[in-house]
Amino acid sequence: MGMAADSEFHVLAVDDSIIDRKVIERLLKTSSYQVTTVDSGSKALEFLGLREDDGINPNTPSVSPNNHREVEVNLVITDYCMPGMTDYGLLKKIKESSSLKNIPVVIMSSENVPSRISRCLEEGAEEFLLKPVKLSDLKKLRPHMLRTKIKSHNGKQEPEELGMPDEKIGFPSPKQEEQQQQQPQSKNNKRKAMEEDVSPERTRPRLNGITTMV
Amino acid sequence: MDLFQLQRRLVDYRASLYHEDFLDEQFSQLQDLQDENNPDFVVEVVTLFFEDSERLLNELAKALEQPIIDFKRVDAHVHQFKGSSSSIGAQRVQKACIAFRNYCEEQNVEGCLKCLQQLRHEYSLVKTKLESMFQLEQQILSAGGSIPM
Repeated sequence: MGMAADSEFHVLAVDDSIIDRKVIERLLKTSSYQVTTVDSGSKALEFLGLREDDGINPNTPSVSPNNHREVEVNLVITDYCMPGMTDYGLLKKIKESSSLKNIPVVIMSSENVPSRISRCLEEGAEEFLLKPVKLSDLKKLRPHMLRTKIKSHNGKQEPEELGMPDEKIGFPSPKQEEQQQQQPQSKNNKRKAMEEDVSPERTRPRLNGITTMV
Repeated sequence: MDLFQLQRRLVDYRASLYHEDFLDEQFSQLQDLQDENNPDFVVEVVTLFFEDSERLLNELAKALEQPIIDFKRVDAHVHQFKGSSSSIGAQRVQKACIAFRNYCEEQNVEGCLKCLQQLRHEYSLVKTKLESMFQLEQQILSAGGSIPM
């Protein structure tokens, strides 16, 4: 399997602050991602091709014919708190949608509130980044986007079952992997508050051992 | 002043801004994002910050003039201001916002008014300094030199 070029990845960034949109756009472009920025949760859903009332009934198509999603979005990075949509609102809507739930979502917030962080992770966010976001923070995004690419290569599979032939060979056990992953994070102030209050098992509810791809 | 002196002046001026906490690490993160393909990135972000800040200061003044003050609204504006100042690395402005939010929580009108004054003051200081810095950069570029890192 060849390495996916980063410019193949398209990130949707959502933030109501014009300054933050400009900065996150530059950060993402510097990391060689394609970027679309929107200023609200509802615009994000529109861009993703989801009407706000969609996704609950599996019998109705979750993509509105009028809002055909032309571009594939590999990751959504959103501010936690924006006017117009309740907290976690966008995250929940994405995770409740049959067509969008596998898109990784990353939450950004200016406030380091452990309960907020755990709640976001429980609701399905892949990462919680403390603002102001740095270039080094964006390195955490790539594994999540790669996972979705693998998934689409392997047909319909949940992200937890990657179906890689060498999945179990040469990899540390899931517990160890989490620990290894935790160590760099424990030096990172951004996760520190969360780690003090939340057990490792709860921080990565969907992690199943493979976090990086070579 | 020759090019070398201009460049030296800029380096010293920048250092003083960091030293006096007008700017912090986040500002240099923004500078790192600027390159030949995006040569005006910092000026553009800072300009957006100036515009947004002026809007927020007006909103704050209006909100605090009301006969019955909506502290939640005041706090929301300060929260926004805190966010934007943090995003560009304007540390003293950010700190002024933190103090301001405490008074909002206490619903302390006097305190809020004092904080607004302080916030205006810090904002105007950092604005002046950033503008001076950009002017120096422009002088260097016009003299055919490059901006020292």
